[in-house]
Amino acid sequence: MLEIRNLYASVDGNEILKGINLKVNKGEVHAIMGPNGSGKSTLAKVLAGHPSYEVTRGEVLFEGKNLLELSPDVRAREGVFMAFQYPIEVPGVSNAQFLRLAYNEKQKHLGQEELDPLEFKDLLKEKAKIVEMEASFMTRSVNEGFSGGEKKRNEILQMAVLDPKLSVLDETDSGLDIDALRIVAEGVNKLHDPNKAVILVTHYQRLLNYITPDFVHVLSAGRIVKEGGKELALELEEKGYDWLKNGSVAAGAK
Amino acid sequence: MSTAEILTNREYKYGWVTDIESETIPRGLSEDTVRLISQKKSEPEWMLEFRLKAYRNWLNMQEPRHWPNIAFPEVNYQDIIYYSAPKQRAAKVSLDEVDPELLRTFDKLGIPLSEQKQLAGVAVDAVFDSVSVATTYKEKLKKHGVIFCSFSEAVREYAEIVRKYLGSVVPTNDNFYAALNSAVFSDGSFCFIPKGVRCPMELSTYFRINNSESGQFERTLIVAEEGSHVSYLEGCTAPKFDKNQLHAAVVELVALDDAEIKYSTVQNWYAGDEQGVGGIYNFVTKRGKCAGRNSKISWTQVETGSAITWKYPSCILQGDNSVGEFYSVALTNHAQQADTGTKMIHLGKNTRSTIISKGISAGHANNSYRGLVKIMPKAENARNYTQCDSMLIGSDAGANTFPYIEVMNNSSQVEHEASTSRISEEQLFYLMQRGISQEDAVSLIINGFCKDVFLQLPMEFAVEATRLLGLKLEGAIG
Ligand SMILES: Nc1ncnc2c1ncn2[C@@H]1O[C@H](COP(=O)(O)OP(=O)(O)O)[C@@H](O)[C@H]1O
Ligand SMILES: [Mg+2]
Repeated sequence: MLEIRNLYASVDGNEILKGINLKVNKGEVHAIMGPNGSGKSTLAKVLAGHPSYEVTRGEVLFEGKNLLELSPDVRAREGVFMAFQYPIEVPGVSNAQFLRLAYNEKQKHLGQEELDPLEFKDLLKEKAKIVEMEASFMTRSVNEGFSGGEKKRNEILQMAVLDPKLSVLDETDSGLDIDALRIVAEGVNKLHDPNKAVILVTHYQRLLNYITPDFVHVLSAGRIVKEGGKELALELEEKGYDWLKNGSVAAGAK
Repeated sequence: MSTAEILTNREYKYGWVTDIESETIPRGLSEDTVRLISQKKSEPEWMLEFRLKAYRNWLNMQEPRHWPNIAFPEVNYQDIIYYSAPKQRAAKVSLDEVDPELLRTFDKLGIPLSEQKQLAGVAVDAVFDSVSVATTYKEKLKKHGVIFCSFSEAVREYAEIVRKYLGSVVPTNDNFYAALNSAVFSDGSFCFIPKGVRCPMELSTYFRINNSESGQFERTLIVAEEGSHVSYLEGCTAPKFDKNQLHAAVVELVALDDAEIKYSTVQNWYAGDEQGVGGIYNFVTKRGKCAGRNSKISWTQVETGSAITWKYPSCILQGDNSVGEFYSVALTNHAQQADTGTKMIHLGKNTRSTIISKGISAGHANNSYRGLVKIMPKAENARNYTQCDSMLIGSDAGANTFPYIEVMNNSSQVEHEASTSRISEEQLFYLMQRGISQEDAVSLIINGFCKDVFLQLPMEFAVEATRLLGLKLEGAIG
């Protein structure tokens, strides 16, 4: 589904990603871990097409298409979703209004039926159950006055509504108490199926107790320095990231 | 891609000209011009006197060039045509006699006038250059005692009411443009809602400037008697000319005891091109007097057009417990300038006013809010709440807030909040990541920003306003 080849990206002239290679197949869950500042969010934003990040080398194929030449909105309609580490507030725009517009854009793009406000309300009601969100959140302005946990749940609600093929979840577990973490994780599990793929970006392995990854990749200073199965996450939990820093030097040297 | 400004406004949709034969008077302004206009309209002596007094005042007045935050070349008042009317047969009895070309013009503007196509629930007075060409639903309104007609007709048919209230809110010497208007105004709308009547439909006036050489000087007077209620809408467009046209209107509202007037404007005059050539100078005096106890006047304006907007719809809160409101969205793009706001003058006890102003500035446009809240000595327990928010798009746009607060009674409460924001790249990226195009994302953010004002507009107007802002800002972020 997704193939990242030798990806280099920089922001304001600083090179952050330094040769990422990653292949994600349908049905797989990948975890990307790594210390703060290692480039995890950068990778997520580059995949989503954030305008501040410049890709200097490499390529990204999504379902065989060159993802990098699509604008962010088209990537989204093609099925790439990113849950933001810091969701943005949009004052005066209701969650329902925003989501219906987004939903209909995708439907239009795919040549499928668009929904009027009433029809969409029904859909939203169903989807809201997945993340146990109350109806009152639908009429409130997007993320405005939401607690940290509510914002994260709102991200997963959007994922549920937009039904993406590839979901990149950036630190969706951070700032969640244990109940909210369970709700969010169960939501992600419910939405997963063999035709979709998930990339979980996380600093801690806590989330991985709820969502089991098929592969774990460790990012350090813009490179993937170690890869393995789910047991790698536990190892990281135990040893921290420091022992890998040396590894990254080694990886850089070879 | 960065948040640069590639300012490509979509074509102004109303920029065409109607080819129609007009009766115009020679350009220039003198006492004779004033007499000629009055004569053309077969006005009574008192009306001519009113005009002449205004004209003499005007001669001694100066354009307000120093205090507003606007700049424009000298206006040659002798180069303007002060009266231009489409030629038509003598007084028309029914709509069927209105020149078909004019009916087509208003059709094209989305304001069908003919019996079969009239807008449901809205009575329209259609003003073309200097005259009112038709007013719909007149008869139906009359059954309820509501008078809605052109100003000229009102001067003939309802002289007593007009004479009583004309100039009672905006005196002829109020300011340069109001004095000019009082001298040469040609037409406009008159509404009278009798005691205890809730006007059964929205009343509206649609102003169209067609002649490139003429100014438009219309006059609106709305009187709401005790316990009555009316909602009035005003819309306006003009063709694209590379010359500036002057639009100097005066609107007076009077609300007696327990009466309520809601006045909404969606102003879409031609704004000039991207370099600032052409466009309307919109120099307008709008003021309402809450003359009676418990009366209420509410102004809602969405100002998107004009090269220059200079306008301060105001409320004089004279009656005890009266309420004044001002909800405004002013959008400027390219070289547009706006200096707009309100005045809330609290005279009576327990008077309350609310000011919500949203200024949006893109391109190298300049947008200023200017507002005065004045609490007079007898205004016990008066209250005001003001909120002024500015949004800047791009790095060359400007926004200013000039709040003036004068409090002469200690029991009053005045609150002022202000903010300035920008559409951030992060906000746009967030919305686009959900599949929303950049243009729709900008519209969404702007509409969210203006929500408190749009909520005040009648439904159809809110839809129109939303669409208009989207159009005006298309491509404002690159
Ligand atoms: N807009 C930016 N300008 C400059 N440096 C940035 C910017 N965004 C991220 N960085 C830098 O890139 C590095 C990686 O950041 P990020 O991808 O957010 O890391 P992570 O998500 O792994 O914590 C950090 O050193 C950070 O300071
Ligand atoms: Mg991060």
